[in-house]
Amino acid sequence: MARIVAFLTRTRAGKGRMDWTDWVTYGYLLFGIVLMFGPVAWLLLSSFKTGAELERFPPRLLPVAQDTLVVEGYDEPLPLFKMIAGDQEGRTLAQIRRVGLIAQMVDPAEPETRLKVNVADREPIERIAFAWSNYTDLFERLNFPLYLWNSTAITLTATAIMLVINSMAAFALSKYKFRGKLTVLALVIGTLMVPGTVLLVPTFLLVSQFGMVNTLWGVIIPGAATPTGVFLLRQYMITIPDEILDAARMDSASELKIFWRIIIPLSAPAIAVLAILAIMWRWNDFLWPLIVLSENDKFTLQLALNSFQGEFLTEWEKLLPATVLTLLPVAIVFMFLQKYIATGIASTGGK
Amino acid sequence: MLKLLNPIMRLVEIPFLLVQKRLGIGMTAWLFLAPNLALFSLFTFLPIILNFSYATTGGEAILLRDRPDVGFQNFGNLLECENVLDPSSCRNDLFWRAVWNTVWFVVFQVGIMVIAALATAIVLNRKIRARGLFRGVFFFPVLLSPVVVALIWKWILQRNGLLNAGLESLGFETINWLIERHWAFFWSTFISIWAHMGFYTLILLAGLQAIPQDVYEAALMDRASPWRCFRKITLPLLSPTLLVVLVLALIKGVQTFDEIYAFTGGGPGSATTLIMQFIYETGFGVQPRLLGVAAAAAIMLAMVLIFLTALQFWINRKKVDG
Repeated sequence: MARIVAFLTRTRAGKGRMDWTDWVTYGYLLFGIVLMFGPVAWLLLSSFKTGAELERFPPRLLPVAQDTLVVEGYDEPLPLFKMIAGDQEGRTLAQIRRVGLIAQMVDPAEPETRLKVNVADREPIERIAFAWSNYTDLFERLNFPLYLWNSTAITLTATAIMLVINSMAAFALSKYKFRGKLTVLALVIGTLMVPGTVLLVPTFLLVSQFGMVNTLWGVIIPGAATPTGVFLLRQYMITIPDEILDAARMDSASELKIFWRIIIPLSAPAIAVLAILAIMWRWNDFLWPLIVLSENDKFTLQLALNSFQGEFLTEWEKLLPATVLTLLPVAIVFMFLQKYIATGIASTGGK
Repeated sequence: MLKLLNPIMRLVEIPFLLVQKRLGIGMTAWLFLAPNLALFSLFTFLPIILNFSYATTGGEAILLRDRPDVGFQNFGNLLECENVLDPSSCRNDLFWRAVWNTVWFVVFQVGIMVIAALATAIVLNRKIRARGLFRGVFFFPVLLSPVVVALIWKWILQRNGLLNAGLESLGFETINWLIERHWAFFWSTFISIWAHMGFYTLILLAGLQAIPQDVYEAALMDRASPWRCFRKITLPLLSPTLLVVLVLALIKGVQTFDEIYAFTGGGPGSATTLIMQFIYETGFGVQPRLLGVAAAAAIMLAMVLIFLTALQFWINRKKVDG
């Protein structure tokens, strides 16, 4: 036992045991895990609960459902109870209906005899059961696949457009000398200072002038030419040596070929970072889609989730699985690409 | 995947080569710049200018030619006030409520978040096991969408939620967290800190790792206490990063909208209505749509943000010089 404690409290530095600062450190980290992951875990567990279980107070940790049984002579499966007191003590009965404090029950073995029992004398037979139907309902009864499609279409198209035009612009601004370059560069950096959030009104005018209100394009196009993306890629492309480009020109490669065959492959790490960021920005985007998309069938997942709140005021059994499915792609991307996301966000200084 | 596009590229290359021959290599740069610059001018530069046109015109029309010129009336509408500290004495009381809500929100959110992020970064910078995992734990919420953050916490805070169950089991009375205004404001600030802290932790952690270890070793030789090490080494050497984080958090904090809007909808009443929500609702959310007033408020917000960003650039420059 003492050896186990010694092993667990061994510090990484290898010298001596844990002192009080180590205890504080690990205490803080434990608290951090509970505070940061706890709410998400609670959401996940809750999303598998049945409607009745969700309304239960105080809530139970795991999703639990009452056992049911199809009894001869009844169409619906009947909930099962264990009798804990009274005449029928010890028997397992199915409930037909309940009126006040008296329940009409039936023994599944002899479905002809109806029994009247006091509800205080019985206890529901329950087991842990995940209500997958919460999830399948989203796809079968709600417009969820449509919202999923809208979100995916916007995210993928916008990311593709953004990567292409941003990398082209970054190439021009990093590898060419031309008149007006400084002006363009100053404008790009200058607009880093003006966030899109303060330009809502005029941008909406332009989008409506182009007839893009209530279309997915209206969400995709205005944010495609981000100064952040151009800046990030340019800083990376500057580090590619000019000699490689000159050598290619000697072999009479066109500028397009240089861009496509040299610059793009060599900037792959920066492009990957920007791609991850762009996917995250677009998937999570809320305010601009909220303004442009006003019809339900054009909603993105984020808008749909927000509107579910009002639509099904207490229908958490729909809202919770929908929330889980919305955060799922982000969680998967995070698990595989944690390192890149972290460096990417740290280097652009924003999301 | 790139290889799949190669045949298309070969086709595009033929006309491109002709154009390149005519323009010369220098001018080809404009070809690469064109698509980005076009969208940029259309959806960033032009709106900056148009914002002023909207701010000085009235009415509900979207088209500028249908909007009557009203001079600075929109700004007057917002700024006319007997006492700016008391929103109910102002012509547009919601604007001033939103302004003061935002001020308090930013003070608490940024203040607490930067301190918490600093503490977390220091803990993560210690010699601990599974650092990567713990860094991920604190960073994870940054990736969640604002709506998801709002819903996760709403589910915990709802009347029959986890928190109230915990309170009741400890013998306290349950509280309607999002219906009482002070609690609603508290939780709005809280979820915003929860969602964004990881990002600033990451920047501060990078700053901490840049501090050379031998400084600490020298201090250890002189038997300096951990607290003294923190005060005399960590804080001064980290202060440039800390300043950047502070300004960055201010810039983001002032523009907070999504998570609070999905969380409380600005309520109860206007207890958690922030300035971005005021702009959204004035211009788009409710009838009549007062685009001019919204644009005027956006311009005032932009001035605050530009001031903060200029401050950030100035700090960065000082950091480089120093």
